[in-house]
Amino acid sequence: MTEPLIKIVDLHARYGSSHVLHGVHLDVGKGEIATIVGRNGAGKSTTLRAIMGILRSRTGSIRIAGQETIAAPSEHIAWLGVGYVPEERGIFASLSVADNLLLPPIVAAGGMSIEEIHALFPNLRERGRSPGTKLSGGEQQMLAIARVLRTGASLLLLDEPTEGLAPAIVQRIRLAIDAMKARGQTVLLVEQNLRFAVKVADRHYVMENGRIVDVMDRAEVATKMERLQRHLGV
Amino acid sequence: MSPDQLFGQLLVGLINGSFYALLALGLSIIFGLLGIVNIAQGAFYMAGAYFSWLMLQTLGVNYWAALVLSPLMVALLGVVLEKFIVFRVYGPDHMPGLLLTLGLLLIIQGVFVYIFGAVARPYPTPDALRGGWDLSFVFLPKYRVWTVAVSILVCFATWFFIEKTSLGRTLRAANENPVLTRAFGVNVPALMTFGFGFGVALAGFAGVLAAPLYTVSPLMGVDLIITVFAVVVVGGLGSILGAVVTSLSLGVVEGFTKVFYPQASHMVIFVIMILVLLVRPAGLFGTEK
Repeated sequence: MTEPLIKIVDLHARYGSSHVLHGVHLDVGKGEIATIVGRNGAGKSTTLRAIMGILRSRTGSIRIAGQETIAAPSEHIAWLGVGYVPEERGIFASLSVADNLLLPPIVAAGGMSIEEIHALFPNLRERGRSPGTKLSGGEQQMLAIARVLRTGASLLLLDEPTEGLAPAIVQRIRLAIDAMKARGQTVLLVEQNLRFAVKVADRHYVMENGRIVDVMDRAEVATKMERLQRHLGV
Repeated sequence: MSPDQLFGQLLVGLINGSFYALLALGLSIIFGLLGIVNIAQGAFYMAGAYFSWLMLQTLGVNYWAALVLSPLMVALLGVVLEKFIVFRVYGPDHMPGLLLTLGLLLIIQGVFVYIFGAVARPYPTPDALRGGWDLSFVFLPKYRVWTVAVSILVCFATWFFIEKTSLGRTLRAANENPVLTRAFGVNVPALMTFGFGFGVALAGFAGVLAAPLYTVSPLMGVDLIITVFAVVVVGGLGSILGAVVTSLSLGVVEGFTKVFYPQASHMVIFVIMILVLLVRPAGLFGTEK
């Protein structure tokens, strides 16, 4: 069996003196879509920030495309083909929509062209010259996703892309995730919206207090929905 | 008041304004990217003038070559200092950077005084720019016109580079959100080194331009930098065109004050600074954070 695209073993992470991740084990195979679900404060976003190297005080092992990255600086991790969509979206106010889209360097061949991105998110075409932060929340989210589709990244980390968005926009974002899957990209999705998560993902990792406490495949979800909901306290 | 005198002061004002603009631009770039209030900018201006004088004396390198080589040497000096010293004081607090660069200013200045003495050295005006044009109502010295023109050109080129090129786009992004810019694969620490080198090179360039106008002396930068800080406060950080417009206008205001009320010419910019701070604390072109 080939090694998964990302394999995390015993990941610990700290914010200052508070220990947030307590030994996370998780892996996502090439072309898979996995979610991390869990309550607020369980450590989901922290896991993505630790993978990305934004959170520096981390120990354990994170192997991406066969390379150990636990000690690598953030910019090296991006060049292994990792694209990051932060929870706060991270749209640059000092850059136009078009410049936001063009900002991340192309890290590998095979990314979407601007034309394909505009076909997926037509709003971005019309608003190209406006400052990035003048977009609506939904448009900013589309821009944040579009930005990493262009770079050719093979592993996409999406942090709550549907948070607070209208159903029509959530639908658009689902189309984008379908497009990622069709292109063979691997997605690790942090998601509070369980209905959305079960529709798009092949596998669900349930996180509690900085640990993965349960794993479910797509096929298991229907029978174990109750267990999943209990984990999330819904 | 003869029109000749008035026009002469206008030109002097524009020249000083050009130097303010080049130094202020460098300050804005360095502050935006590194969060460092670079007091040592004055020393890099002086070093630019000294390097051209030194190259002319020892190797016969002429003004035109010095115009390119001196800023590059200043940039190199800046890059070395950033790599070994300045990077240590990065952080949310601006005070360590301010104190460190004040120390650098004094040390660089001290080294030049130690080696070359505090004497002012004349630097000859290049042949092609000697003399001037007599427009009957006023005499326009070629070198002064050249200084203003080439400074404005360099300021415009800097604006174009930052606002319209892809490297400039990355600089603006790193300025706004360095953490995320890094996560996209941009080597932000290297970009910061580049930004520091670029910012001090602008001061070095102003130093070369200043050499034939004023004499070259180790203390030439320290007076200028204090005024430049006032100019930056008036203009506010953040807008390149704003910094250029403020610099040129304040240079002219200062020039005219010399004609009408010479006693106030050294403090007029500081008076304006106080007034602006009272009304618009972020500066005329700055944005509140």
